[in-house]
Amino acid sequence: MTDSVSDPSVAEPGRTDAEADATPIPSHVDTSAAPLVDIVGVNKHFGDLHVLQDINLSVSKGEVVVVLGPSGSGKSTLCRTINRLETIDNGRISIDGVPLPEEGRALARLRADVGMVFQSFNLFAHKTIVENVTLGPIKVRGKSNAEARQHAMDLLERVGVANQADKYPAQLSGGQQQRVAIARALAMDPKVMLFDEPTSALDPEMVQEVLDVMVGLAKQGMTMIVVTHEMGFARKAADRVVFMSDGQIVEEDEPDAFFTNPQSTRAQDFLGKILSH
Amino acid sequence: MGKFGQMMAQFDLLHAFWVTIQLSVLGALGALVIGTVVAIMRVSPVRSLQLFGAGYVNIIRNTPLTLLLFFCWFGLRISSGIQLGLPSDPTQVLSLRWAIIAVAVYHASFVAEAIRSGVNTVPQGQAEAARAIGLGFFDSLRHVVLPQAFRGAVAPLGNVLIALIKNTTVAATIGLYEAAYTMKGMIEFYPQLLYVTFALIALGFIILTLPTGIFFTSMSRKVAVQR
Ligand SMILES: Nc1ncnc2c1ncn2[C@@H]1O[C@H](COP(=O)(O)OP(=O)(O)OP(=O)(O)O)[C@@H](O)[C@H]1O
Ligand SMILES: [Mg+2]
Repeated sequence: MTDSVSDPSVAEPGRTDAEADATPIPSHVDTSAAPLVDIVGVNKHFGDLHVLQDINLSVSKGEVVVVLGPSGSGKSTLCRTINRLETIDNGRISIDGVPLPEEGRALARLRADVGMVFQSFNLFAHKTIVENVTLGPIKVRGKSNAEARQHAMDLLERVGVANQADKYPAQLSGGQQQRVAIARALAMDPKVMLFDEPTSALDPEMVQEVLDVMVGLAKQGMTMIVVTHEMGFARKAADRVVFMSDGQIVEEDEPDAFFTNPQSTRAQDFLGKILSH
Repeated sequence: MGKFGQMMAQFDLLHAFWVTIQLSVLGALGALVIGTVVAIMRVSPVRSLQLFGAGYVNIIRNTPLTLLLFFCWFGLRISSGIQLGLPSDPTQVLSLRWAIIAVAVYHASFVAEAIRSGVNTVPQGQAEAARAIGLGFFDSLRHVVLPQAFRGAVAPLGNVLIALIKNTTVAATIGLYEAAYTMKGMIEFYPQLLYVTFALIALGFIILTLPTGIFFTSMSRKVAVQR
Protein backbone atom coordinates (compact mmCIF):
# COMPACT_ATOMS: atom_id res chain seq x y z
CA MET A 1 0.00 0.00 0.00
CA THR A 2 2.64 2.54 1.02
CA ASP A 3 4.75 1.92 -2.04
CA SER A 4 1.86 2.34 -4.45
CA VAL A 5 0.77 5.57 -2.77
CA SER A 6 4.22 7.08 -2.99
CA ASP A 7 4.49 5.92 -6.56
CA PRO A 8 3.16 8.79 -8.67
CA SER A 9 2.81 6.60 -11.72
CA VAL A 10 -0.07 4.71 -10.12
CA ALA A 11 -3.24 6.44 -11.10
CA GLU A 12 -6.14 6.30 -8.72
CA PRO A 13 -9.16 6.54 -10.96
CA GLY A 14 -12.22 8.33 -9.77
CA ARG A 15 -10.55 9.78 -6.70
CA THR A 16 -10.82 13.44 -7.39
CA ASP A 17 -9.96 15.97 -4.77
CA ALA A 18 -13.16 17.79 -5.50
CA GLU A 19 -15.08 14.80 -4.28
CA ALA A 20 -13.13 14.58 -1.05
CA ASP A 21 -13.53 18.32 -0.47
CA ALA A 22 -17.24 18.15 -0.93
CA THR A 23 -17.67 16.32 2.37
CA PRO A 24 -16.70 18.28 5.46
CA ILE A 25 -14.88 16.04 7.86
CA PRO A 26 -16.00 15.86 11.46
CA SER A 27 -13.36 16.51 14.06
CA HIS A 28 -13.37 13.01 15.60
CA VAL A 29 -12.37 11.46 12.31
CA ASP A 30 -8.63 11.10 11.94
CA THR A 31 -7.78 11.90 8.33
CA SER A 32 -4.16 12.77 8.99
CA ALA A 33 -3.09 9.14 8.94
CA ALA A 34 -3.48 6.78 5.99
CA PRO A 35 -7.06 5.61 5.57
CA LEU A 36 -8.02 2.59 7.66
CA VAL A 37 -9.93 1.03 4.81
CA ASP A 38 -8.78 1.92 1.33
CA ILE A 39 -10.62 0.62 -1.71
CA VAL A 40 -9.14 1.67 -5.02
CA GLY A 41 -10.42 0.90 -8.51
CA VAL A 42 -12.17 -2.32 -7.51
CA ASN A 43 -14.10 -4.32 -10.09
CA LYS A 44 -15.97 -7.54 -9.68
CA HIS A 45 -18.16 -9.68 -11.92
CA PHE A 46 -20.58 -12.46 -11.14
CA GLY A 47 -20.53 -14.10 -14.56
CA ASP A 48 -21.71 -11.41 -16.94
CA LEU A 49 -22.98 -9.19 -14.15
CA HIS A 50 -20.59 -6.32 -13.35
CA VAL A 51 -21.52 -6.02 -9.65
CA LEU A 52 -18.74 -3.64 -8.61
CA GLN A 53 -17.68 -1.07 -11.16
CA ASP A 54 -14.48 0.82 -10.45
CA ILE A 55 -15.26 1.34 -6.78
CA ASN A 56 -13.17 3.86 -4.83
CA LEU A 57 -13.82 4.39 -1.17
CA SER A 58 -11.57 5.26 1.69
CA VAL A 59 -12.64 5.27 5.28
CA SER A 60 -10.61 7.02 7.94
CA LYS A 61 -10.07 5.85 11.48
CA GLY A 62 -13.13 6.61 13.59
CA GLU A 63 -15.33 7.30 10.60
CA VAL A 64 -18.83 5.87 10.27
CA VAL A 65 -19.92 5.33 6.67
CA VAL A 66 -23.43 4.28 5.77
CA VAL A 67 -23.87 2.57 2.42
CA LEU A 68 -27.28 2.59 0.87
CA GLY A 69 -28.85 1.92 -2.48
CA PRO A 70 -31.47 -0.17 -4.21
CA SER A 71 -31.60 -3.94 -3.92
CA GLY A 72 -29.01 -5.61 -6.12
CA SER A 73 -26.82 -2.53 -6.36
CA GLY A 74 -23.82 -4.38 -4.89
CA LYS A 75 -23.80 -3.17 -1.28
CA SER A 76 -23.42 -6.63 0.28
CA THR A 77 -20.83 -7.60 -2.28
CA LEU A 78 -18.80 -4.48 -1.51
CA CYS A 79 -19.03 -5.17 2.21
CA ARG A 80 -17.93 -8.78 1.74
CA THR A 81 -14.94 -7.88 -0.41
CA ILE A 82 -13.51 -5.85 2.48
CA ASN A 83 -12.69 -9.03 4.43
CA ARG A 84 -12.37 -11.06 1.26
CA LEU A 85 -15.42 -13.24 1.79
CA GLU A 86 -15.78 -12.26 -1.88
CA THR A 87 -12.74 -12.03 -4.12
CA ILE A 88 -12.28 -9.13 -6.53
CA ASP A 89 -11.32 -9.16 -10.21
CA ASN A 90 -8.97 -6.22 -10.00
CA GLY A 91 -8.23 -3.12 -7.97
CA ARG A 92 -6.81 -2.89 -4.49
CA ILE A 93 -8.16 -3.09 -0.97
CA SER A 94 -6.02 -2.37 2.06
CA ILE A 95 -6.83 -2.39 5.74
CA ASP A 96 -4.68 -0.13 7.90
CA GLY A 97 -2.11 0.09 5.13
CA VAL A 98 -1.90 -3.66 4.54
CA PRO A 99 -3.20 -4.99 1.21
CA LEU A 100 -5.66 -7.87 1.64
CA PRO A 101 -3.68 -11.12 1.50
CA GLU A 102 -4.82 -13.67 -1.07
CA GLU A 103 -5.47 -16.50 1.36
CA GLY A 104 -4.01 -18.59 4.15
CA ARG A 105 -2.88 -17.49 7.59
CA ALA A 106 -2.21 -13.91 6.61
CA LEU A 107 -5.78 -13.53 5.39
CA ALA A 108 -7.16 -15.15 8.55
CA ARG A 109 -5.09 -12.76 10.67
CA LEU A 110 -6.43 -9.80 8.76
CA ARG A 111 -10.00 -11.00 9.03
CA ALA A 112 -9.57 -11.17 12.78
CA ASP A 113 -9.06 -7.37 12.69
CA VAL A 114 -12.22 -6.78 10.69
CA GLY A 115 -15.44 -7.42 12.56
CA MET A 116 -18.46 -8.46 10.54
CA VAL A 117 -22.12 -8.52 11.44
CA PHE A 118 -24.47 -10.31 9.07
CA GLN A 119 -28.13 -9.80 8.29
CA SER A 120 -28.91 -13.33 9.47
CA PHE A 121 -26.80 -13.17 12.69
CA ASN A 122 -25.00 -16.46 11.88
CA LEU A 123 -24.33 -17.39 15.50
CA PHE A 124 -22.76 -20.83 15.98
CA ALA A 125 -25.87 -22.90 16.75
CA HIS A 126 -24.10 -25.62 18.77
CA LYS A 127 -22.33 -23.21 21.08
CA THR A 128 -23.70 -21.20 23.97
CA ILE A 129 -23.87 -17.43 23.75
CA VAL A 130 -20.69 -16.92 25.75
CA GLU A 131 -18.89 -19.66 23.78
CA ASN A 132 -19.87 -17.87 20.58
CA VAL A 133 -18.10 -14.80 21.87
CA THR A 134 -15.01 -16.56 23.28
CA LEU A 135 -14.26 -18.87 20.33
CA GLY A 136 -12.32 -16.30 18.31
CA PRO A 137 -10.33 -14.84 21.22
CA ILE A 138 -9.32 -18.34 22.40
CA LYS A 139 -8.55 -19.97 19.05
CA VAL A 140 -7.34 -16.97 17.05
CA ARG A 141 -5.90 -14.62 19.66
CA GLY A 142 -4.66 -17.37 21.96
CA LYS A 143 -6.29 -15.94 25.07
CA SER A 144 -6.87 -18.14 28.11
CA ASN A 145 -10.39 -19.42 28.71
CA ALA A 146 -10.78 -17.35 31.85
CA GLU A 147 -9.54 -14.15 30.25
CA ALA A 148 -11.71 -14.66 27.16
CA ARG A 149 -14.76 -15.40 29.26
CA GLN A 150 -14.23 -12.31 31.42
CA HIS A 151 -13.95 -10.10 28.34
CA ALA A 152 -16.93 -11.83 26.71
CA MET A 153 -19.10 -11.24 29.78
CA ASP A 154 -18.14 -7.56 29.78
CA LEU A 155 -19.13 -7.29 26.12
CA LEU A 156 -22.38 -9.18 26.64
CA GLU A 157 -23.11 -6.82 29.51
CA ARG A 158 -22.44 -3.90 27.21
CA VAL A 159 -24.89 -5.14 24.56
CA GLY A 160 -27.41 -6.09 27.26
CA VAL A 161 -27.55 -9.89 27.00
CA ALA A 162 -25.22 -10.97 29.80
CA ASN A 163 -28.12 -12.76 31.50
CA GLN A 164 -28.45 -15.06 28.47
CA ALA A 165 -24.78 -16.12 28.46
CA ASP A 166 -25.33 -19.85 28.95
CA LYS A 167 -28.27 -20.25 26.59
CA TYR A 168 -28.07 -21.39 22.99
CA PRO A 169 -28.70 -19.02 20.07
CA ALA A 170 -32.04 -20.63 19.14
CA GLN A 171 -33.37 -19.69 22.59
CA LEU A 172 -32.84 -15.97 21.99
CA SER A 173 -34.90 -13.43 20.08
CA GLY A 174 -33.55 -12.05 16.81
CA GLY A 175 -32.61 -8.74 18.42
CA GLN A 176 -30.73 -10.52 21.20
CA GLN A 177 -28.95 -12.77 18.70
CA GLN A 178 -27.83 -9.80 16.66
CA ARG A 179 -26.48 -8.07 19.74
CA VAL A 180 -24.55 -11.25 20.57
CA ALA A 181 -23.20 -11.24 17.01
CA ILE A 182 -21.97 -7.68 17.59
CA ALA A 183 -20.32 -8.76 20.85
CA ARG A 184 -18.71 -11.71 19.05
CA ALA A 185 -17.19 -9.35 16.49
CA LEU A 186 -16.09 -6.84 19.17
CA ALA A 187 -14.37 -9.60 21.15
CA MET A 188 -11.65 -9.66 18.52
CA ASP A 189 -10.89 -5.95 19.17
CA PRO A 190 -11.40 -5.19 15.50
CA LYS A 191 -10.01 -2.11 13.79
CA VAL A 192 -13.16 -1.73 11.75
CA MET A 193 -16.65 -3.19 11.89
CA LEU A 194 -18.70 -4.11 8.82
CA PHE A 195 -22.47 -4.38 9.13
CA ASP A 196 -24.56 -5.80 6.30
CA GLU A 197 -28.17 -4.83 6.89
CA PRO A 198 -27.97 -5.80 10.56
CA THR A 199 -31.58 -4.96 11.30
CA SER A 200 -33.43 -6.03 8.18
CA ALA A 201 -34.12 -9.59 9.39
CA LEU A 202 -35.54 -8.31 12.68
CA ASP A 203 -39.10 -7.81 13.82
CA PRO A 204 -39.76 -4.05 13.91
CA GLU A 205 -39.87 -3.90 17.72
CA MET A 206 -36.32 -5.27 17.93
CA VAL A 207 -34.69 -2.92 15.44
CA GLN A 208 -34.10 -0.14 17.93
CA GLU A 209 -32.25 -2.23 20.52
CA VAL A 210 -29.70 -3.21 17.87
CA LEU A 211 -29.41 0.31 16.48
CA ASP A 212 -28.85 1.65 19.99
CA VAL A 213 -25.86 -0.65 20.40
CA MET A 214 -24.51 0.49 17.04
CA VAL A 215 -24.95 4.16 17.85
CA GLY A 216 -23.10 3.54 21.11
CA LEU A 217 -20.23 1.97 19.19
CA ALA A 218 -20.09 4.86 16.76
CA LYS A 219 -19.95 7.32 19.67
CA GLN A 220 -17.03 5.42 21.16
CA GLY A 221 -15.08 6.03 17.99
CA MET A 222 -15.35 2.63 16.28
CA THR A 223 -14.68 2.78 12.55
CA MET A 224 -17.80 1.40 10.90
CA ILE A 225 -19.08 0.61 7.43
CA VAL A 226 -22.79 0.00 7.65
CA VAL A 227 -25.12 -1.14 4.92
CA THR A 228 -28.54 -0.08 6.15
CA HIS A 229 -31.67 1.70 5.13
CA GLU A 230 -32.26 2.97 8.66
CA MET A 231 -32.13 6.69 8.06
CA GLY A 232 -32.46 7.42 11.75
CA PHE A 233 -29.15 5.66 12.29
CA ALA A 234 -27.52 7.37 9.33
CA ARG A 235 -28.56 10.81 10.58
CA LYS A 236 -27.62 10.14 14.17
CA ALA A 237 -24.34 8.27 13.75
CA ALA A 238 -22.96 8.49 10.23
CA ASP A 239 -20.26 10.87 9.10
CA ARG A 240 -20.86 10.07 5.48
CA VAL A 241 -23.46 8.40 3.32
CA VAL A 242 -22.40 6.49 0.23
CA PHE A 243 -25.11 5.85 -2.32
CA MET A 244 -24.67 2.88 -4.65
CA SER A 245 -26.63 1.99 -7.71
CA ASP A 246 -25.98 -0.66 -10.37
CA GLY A 247 -22.55 -1.48 -9.02
CA GLN A 248 -21.32 2.10 -8.86
CA ILE A 249 -20.86 4.64 -6.12
CA VAL A 250 -23.07 7.37 -7.50
CA GLU A 251 -22.95 9.90 -4.72
CA GLU A 252 -21.38 10.52 -1.31
CA ASP A 253 -22.23 13.24 1.15
CA GLU A 254 -22.91 14.11 4.75
CA PRO A 255 -26.14 12.45 5.89
CA ASP A 256 -28.18 15.63 6.26
CA ALA A 257 -27.08 17.00 2.93
CA PHE A 258 -27.68 13.67 1.21
CA PHE A 259 -31.16 13.16 2.60
CA THR A 260 -32.35 16.71 2.08
CA ASN A 261 -30.59 17.51 -1.15
CA PRO A 262 -29.52 14.47 -3.17
CA GLN A 263 -27.65 15.43 -6.33
CA SER A 264 -28.14 12.50 -8.70
CA THR A 265 -31.50 11.51 -10.14
CA ARG A 266 -30.90 7.90 -9.09
CA ALA A 267 -30.47 8.98 -5.47
CA GLN A 268 -33.55 11.21 -5.73
CA ASP A 269 -35.62 8.31 -7.08
CA PHE A 270 -34.31 5.98 -4.40
CA LEU A 271 -35.00 8.40 -1.55
CA GLY A 272 -38.40 9.14 -3.00
CA LYS A 273 -39.23 5.46 -2.74
CA ILE A 274 -37.96 4.80 0.76
CA LEU A 275 -39.33 8.05 2.16
CA SER A 276 -42.78 7.55 0.73
CA HIS A 277 -43.60 4.73 3.14
CA MET B 1 -31.24 -82.18 21.46
CA GLY B 2 -28.06 -84.22 21.66
CA LYS B 3 -27.09 -83.20 18.13
CA PHE B 4 -27.50 -79.56 19.07
CA GLY B 5 -25.19 -79.89 22.05
CA GLN B 6 -22.69 -81.69 19.88
CA MET B 7 -22.80 -78.92 17.27
CA MET B 8 -22.36 -76.21 19.87
CA ALA B 9 -19.39 -78.05 21.30
CA GLN B 10 -17.80 -78.43 17.89
CA PHE B 11 -18.31 -74.85 16.74
CA ASP B 12 -17.28 -71.97 18.94
CA LEU B 13 -20.09 -69.63 18.03
CA LEU B 14 -19.20 -67.08 20.69
CA HIS B 15 -15.70 -66.80 19.35
CA ALA B 16 -17.08 -66.49 15.80
CA PHE B 17 -19.23 -63.55 16.87
CA TRP B 18 -16.30 -62.09 18.77
CA VAL B 19 -14.40 -62.03 15.46
CA THR B 20 -17.44 -60.43 13.78
CA ILE B 21 -17.50 -57.78 16.53
CA GLN B 22 -13.77 -57.06 16.21
CA LEU B 23 -14.11 -56.74 12.46
CA SER B 24 -17.16 -54.48 12.87
CA VAL B 25 -15.67 -52.18 15.50
CA LEU B 26 -12.23 -51.81 13.96
CA GLY B 27 -13.66 -51.60 10.45
CA ALA B 28 -16.10 -48.91 11.62
CA LEU B 29 -13.36 -46.88 13.31
CA GLY B 30 -11.25 -47.07 10.18
CA ALA B 31 -14.24 -46.11 8.03
CA LEU B 32 -14.96 -43.14 10.31
CA VAL B 33 -11.40 -41.84 10.07
CA ILE B 34 -11.03 -42.36 6.32
CA GLY B 35 -14.58 -41.16 5.64
CA THR B 36 -14.05 -37.96 7.64
CA VAL B 37 -10.85 -37.21 5.73
CA VAL B 38 -12.60 -37.84 2.41
CA ALA B 39 -15.55 -35.65 3.44
CA ILE B 40 -13.14 -32.84 4.38
CA MET B 41 -11.49 -33.19 0.97
CA ARG B 42 -14.88 -32.88 -0.70
CA VAL B 43 -15.74 -29.63 1.10
CA SER B 44 -12.21 -28.19 0.92
CA PRO B 45 -11.52 -25.20 -1.33
CA VAL B 46 -8.76 -27.12 -3.15
CA ARG B 47 -9.99 -28.38 -6.49
CA SER B 48 -7.68 -31.40 -6.72
CA LEU B 49 -8.72 -32.60 -3.26
CA GLN B 50 -12.38 -32.16 -4.17
CA LEU B 51 -11.86 -34.28 -7.24
CA PHE B 52 -9.98 -36.94 -5.31
CA GLY B 53 -12.75 -37.08 -2.69
CA ALA B 54 -15.48 -37.30 -5.30
CA GLY B 55 -13.54 -39.96 -7.19
CA TYR B 56 -13.03 -42.02 -4.03
CA VAL B 57 -16.69 -41.94 -3.08
CA ASN B 58 -17.99 -42.70 -6.55
CA ILE B 59 -15.55 -45.47 -7.35
CA ILE B 60 -15.50 -47.25 -3.99
CA ARG B 61 -19.23 -46.94 -3.35
CA ASN B 62 -20.01 -48.53 -6.71
CA THR B 63 -17.53 -51.39 -6.34
CA PRO B 64 -18.73 -54.63 -4.73
CA LEU B 65 -17.17 -55.19 -1.32
CA THR B 66 -16.22 -58.73 -2.34
CA LEU B 67 -14.11 -57.30 -5.15
CA LEU B 68 -12.29 -55.00 -2.74
CA LEU B 69 -11.68 -57.84 -0.33
CA PHE B 70 -10.34 -60.17 -3.03
CA PHE B 71 -8.20 -57.33 -4.34
CA CYS B 72 -6.67 -56.97 -0.88
CA TRP B 73 -6.40 -60.62 0.13
CA PHE B 74 -5.46 -62.31 -3.13
CA GLY B 75 -3.98 -59.24 -4.78
CA LEU B 76 -2.14 -56.91 -2.43
CA ARG B 77 -1.22 -59.60 0.09
CA ILE B 78 0.01 -62.26 -2.31
CA SER B 79 1.03 -60.58 -5.58
CA SER B 80 2.27 -57.24 -4.24
CA GLY B 81 3.72 -58.80 -1.16
CA ILE B 82 2.37 -56.11 1.19
CA GLN B 83 2.69 -57.54 4.69
CA LEU B 84 0.30 -56.75 7.50
CA GLY B 85 2.40 -58.36 10.17
CA LEU B 86 4.97 -61.12 10.31
CA PRO B 87 4.85 -64.06 7.89
CA SER B 88 4.74 -66.24 10.99
CA ASP B 89 1.42 -64.71 12.12
CA PRO B 90 -1.47 -67.16 11.87
CA THR B 91 -3.55 -66.86 8.70
CA GLN B 92 -6.60 -66.02 10.81
CA VAL B 93 -4.85 -62.94 12.20
CA LEU B 94 -3.78 -61.81 8.73
CA SER B 95 -7.18 -62.36 7.15
CA LEU B 96 -8.83 -60.38 9.96
CA ARG B 97 -6.45 -57.48 9.33
CA TRP B 98 -7.03 -57.47 5.58
CA ALA B 99 -10.78 -57.77 6.11
CA ILE B 100 -10.70 -54.78 8.46
CA ILE B 101 -8.96 -52.77 5.75
CA ALA B 102 -11.41 -53.76 3.01
CA VAL B 103 -14.43 -53.10 5.27
CA ALA B 104 -13.02 -49.73 6.38
CA VAL B 105 -12.10 -48.57 2.87
CA TYR B 106 -15.46 -49.62 1.46
CA HIS B 107 -17.67 -48.11 4.16
CA ALA B 108 -15.59 -44.94 4.31
CA SER B 109 -17.30 -43.90 1.08
CA PHE B 110 -20.70 -44.13 2.78
CA VAL B 111 -19.40 -42.39 5.91
CA ALA B 112 -18.07 -39.56 3.73
CA GLU B 113 -21.49 -39.14 2.13
CA ALA B 114 -23.22 -39.19 5.51
CA ILE B 115 -20.87 -36.52 6.87
CA ARG B 116 -21.23 -34.44 3.74
CA SER B 117 -25.00 -34.54 4.15
CA GLY B 118 -24.37 -33.40 7.74
CA VAL B 119 -22.18 -30.55 6.49
CA ASN B 120 -25.05 -29.49 4.25
CA THR B 121 -27.27 -29.08 7.32
CA VAL B 122 -24.90 -26.36 8.63
CA PRO B 123 -25.94 -22.96 7.25
CA GLN B 124 -23.30 -21.42 4.98
CA GLY B 125 -23.47 -18.22 7.02
CA GLN B 126 -21.95 -19.93 10.07
CA ALA B 127 -18.90 -20.99 8.08
CA GLU B 128 -18.60 -17.40 6.84
CA ALA B 129 -18.94 -16.06 10.37
CA ALA B 130 -16.18 -18.44 11.47
CA ARG B 131 -13.88 -17.19 8.73
CA ALA B 132 -14.85 -13.61 9.51
CA ILE B 133 -13.52 -13.89 13.08
CA GLY B 134 -10.22 -15.13 11.66
CA LEU B 135 -10.52 -18.90 11.94
CA GLY B 136 -8.68 -20.70 9.15
CA PHE B 137 -10.17 -23.47 7.04
CA PHE B 138 -9.31 -26.27 9.46
CA ASP B 139 -10.26 -24.37 12.60
CA SER B 140 -13.63 -23.42 11.05
CA LEU B 141 -14.20 -27.07 10.21
CA ARG B 142 -13.08 -28.29 13.59
CA HIS B 143 -14.91 -25.86 15.81
CA VAL B 144 -17.95 -24.83 13.81
CA VAL B 145 -18.81 -27.01 10.83
CA LEU B 146 -17.85 -30.57 11.78
CA PRO B 147 -19.32 -30.64 15.31
CA GLN B 148 -22.67 -29.71 13.79
CA ALA B 149 -22.16 -31.93 10.75
CA PHE B 150 -21.54 -34.99 12.94
CA ARG B 151 -24.69 -34.25 14.93
CA GLY B 152 -26.66 -33.94 11.72
CA ALA B 153 -25.05 -37.13 10.43
CA VAL B 154 -25.73 -39.36 13.45
CA ALA B 155 -28.79 -41.06 11.97
CA PRO B 156 -27.23 -41.80 8.54
CA LEU B 157 -24.00 -42.91 10.26
CA GLY B 158 -26.08 -45.37 12.29
CA ASN B 159 -27.44 -46.81 9.06
CA VAL B 160 -23.93 -47.16 7.69
CA LEU B 161 -22.83 -48.98 10.84
CA ILE B 162 -25.73 -51.43 10.63
CA ALA B 163 -24.93 -52.16 6.99
CA LEU B 164 -21.27 -52.54 7.92
CA ILE B 165 -21.99 -55.11 10.65
CA LYS B 166 -23.97 -57.22 8.20
CA ASN B 167 -21.41 -56.75 5.43
CA THR B 168 -18.60 -58.17 7.59
CA THR B 169 -19.92 -61.61 6.57
CA VAL B 170 -18.13 -61.12 3.25
CA ALA B 171 -14.93 -62.05 5.13
CA ALA B 172 -16.19 -65.65 5.08
CA THR B 173 -15.08 -65.72 1.44
CA ILE B 174 -11.43 -65.43 2.47
CA GLY B 175 -11.82 -68.03 5.19
CA LEU B 176 -12.03 -65.81 8.26
CA TYR B 177 -13.75 -67.73 11.08
CA GLU B 178 -16.46 -65.18 11.70
CA ALA B 179 -20.19 -65.75 12.12
CA ALA B 180 -21.12 -66.55 8.50
CA TYR B 181 -18.15 -68.86 7.93
CA THR B 182 -19.02 -70.73 11.10
CA MET B 183 -22.63 -71.01 9.95
CA LYS B 184 -21.45 -72.58 6.69
CA GLY B 185 -19.57 -75.22 8.66
CA MET B 186 -22.51 -75.88 10.96
CA ILE B 187 -24.84 -76.44 8.00
CA GLU B 188 -22.37 -78.76 6.31
CA PHE B 189 -21.93 -80.96 9.37
CA TYR B 190 -25.45 -80.70 10.80
CA PRO B 191 -27.83 -80.21 7.86
CA GLN B 192 -30.71 -81.50 9.99
CA LEU B 193 -30.29 -78.43 12.24
CA LEU B 194 -30.51 -75.98 9.32
CA TYR B 195 -33.37 -73.92 10.70
CA VAL B 196 -31.97 -73.77 14.22
CA THR B 197 -28.59 -72.78 12.86
CA PHE B 198 -30.04 -70.04 10.70
CA ALA B 199 -32.15 -68.71 13.56
CA LEU B 200 -29.16 -68.71 15.88
CA ILE B 201 -26.85 -66.80 13.56
CA ALA B 202 -29.57 -64.39 12.50
CA LEU B 203 -30.38 -63.76 16.18
CA GLY B 204 -26.71 -63.01 16.80
CA PHE B 205 -26.77 -60.31 14.14
CA ILE B 206 -30.04 -58.90 15.38
CA ILE B 207 -28.54 -58.63 18.87
CA LEU B 208 -25.74 -56.56 17.34
CA THR B 209 -27.73 -54.40 14.94
CA LEU B 210 -31.03 -53.72 16.68
CA PRO B 211 -29.57 -51.93 19.74
CA THR B 212 -27.18 -50.08 17.41
CA GLY B 213 -30.17 -48.73 15.47
CA ILE B 214 -32.05 -47.76 18.64
CA PHE B 215 -28.96 -46.13 20.11
CA PHE B 216 -28.25 -44.05 17.02
CA THR B 217 -31.85 -42.95 16.64
CA SER B 218 -32.06 -41.73 20.22
CA MET B 219 -28.61 -40.15 19.98
CA SER B 220 -29.54 -38.26 16.85
CA ARG B 221 -32.50 -36.77 18.70
CA LYS B 222 -30.47 -35.95 21.77
CA VAL B 223 -27.61 -34.18 20.01
CA ALA B 224 -29.69 -32.44 17.33
CA VAL B 225 -28.72 -28.78 17.01
CA GLN B 226 -31.59 -26.39 17.66
CA ARG B 227 -32.02 -23.90 14.86
N1 LIG C 1 -22.77 -15.38 -5.29
C1 LIG C 1 -23.39 -14.73 -6.30
N2 LIG C 1 -23.43 -15.27 -7.54
C2 LIG C 1 -24.03 -14.62 -8.56
N3 LIG C 1 -24.62 -13.42 -8.43
C3 LIG C 1 -24.62 -12.83 -7.23
C4 LIG C 1 -24.01 -13.46 -6.09
N4 LIG C 1 -24.17 -12.65 -5.02
C5 LIG C 1 -24.83 -11.59 -5.46
N5 LIG C 1 -25.11 -11.68 -6.78
C6 LIG C 1 -25.80 -10.66 -7.60
O1 LIG C 1 -25.04 -9.48 -7.54
C7 LIG C 1 -25.87 -8.35 -7.46
C8 LIG C 1 -25.51 -7.54 -6.26
O2 LIG C 1 -25.81 -8.28 -5.11
P1 LIG C 1 -25.66 -7.71 -3.65
O3 LIG C 1 -26.10 -8.77 -2.73
O4 LIG C 1 -24.30 -7.16 -3.46
O5 LIG C 1 -26.71 -6.52 -3.67
P2 LIG C 1 -27.24 -5.64 -2.47
O6 LIG C 1 -27.04 -4.23 -2.86
O7 LIG C 1 -26.66 -6.10 -1.20
O8 LIG C 1 -28.80 -5.95 -2.50
P3 LIG C 1 -29.83 -6.15 -1.30
O9 LIG C 1 -30.26 -4.79 -0.89
O10 LIG C 1 -30.94 -6.91 -1.93
O11 LIG C 1 -29.14 -6.90 -0.23
C9 LIG C 1 -27.30 -8.89 -7.45
O12 LIG C 1 -27.83 -8.77 -8.73
C10 LIG C 1 -27.15 -10.32 -7.05
O13 LIG C 1 -28.16 -11.09 -7.65
MG1 LIG D 1 -27.41 -7.07 0.51
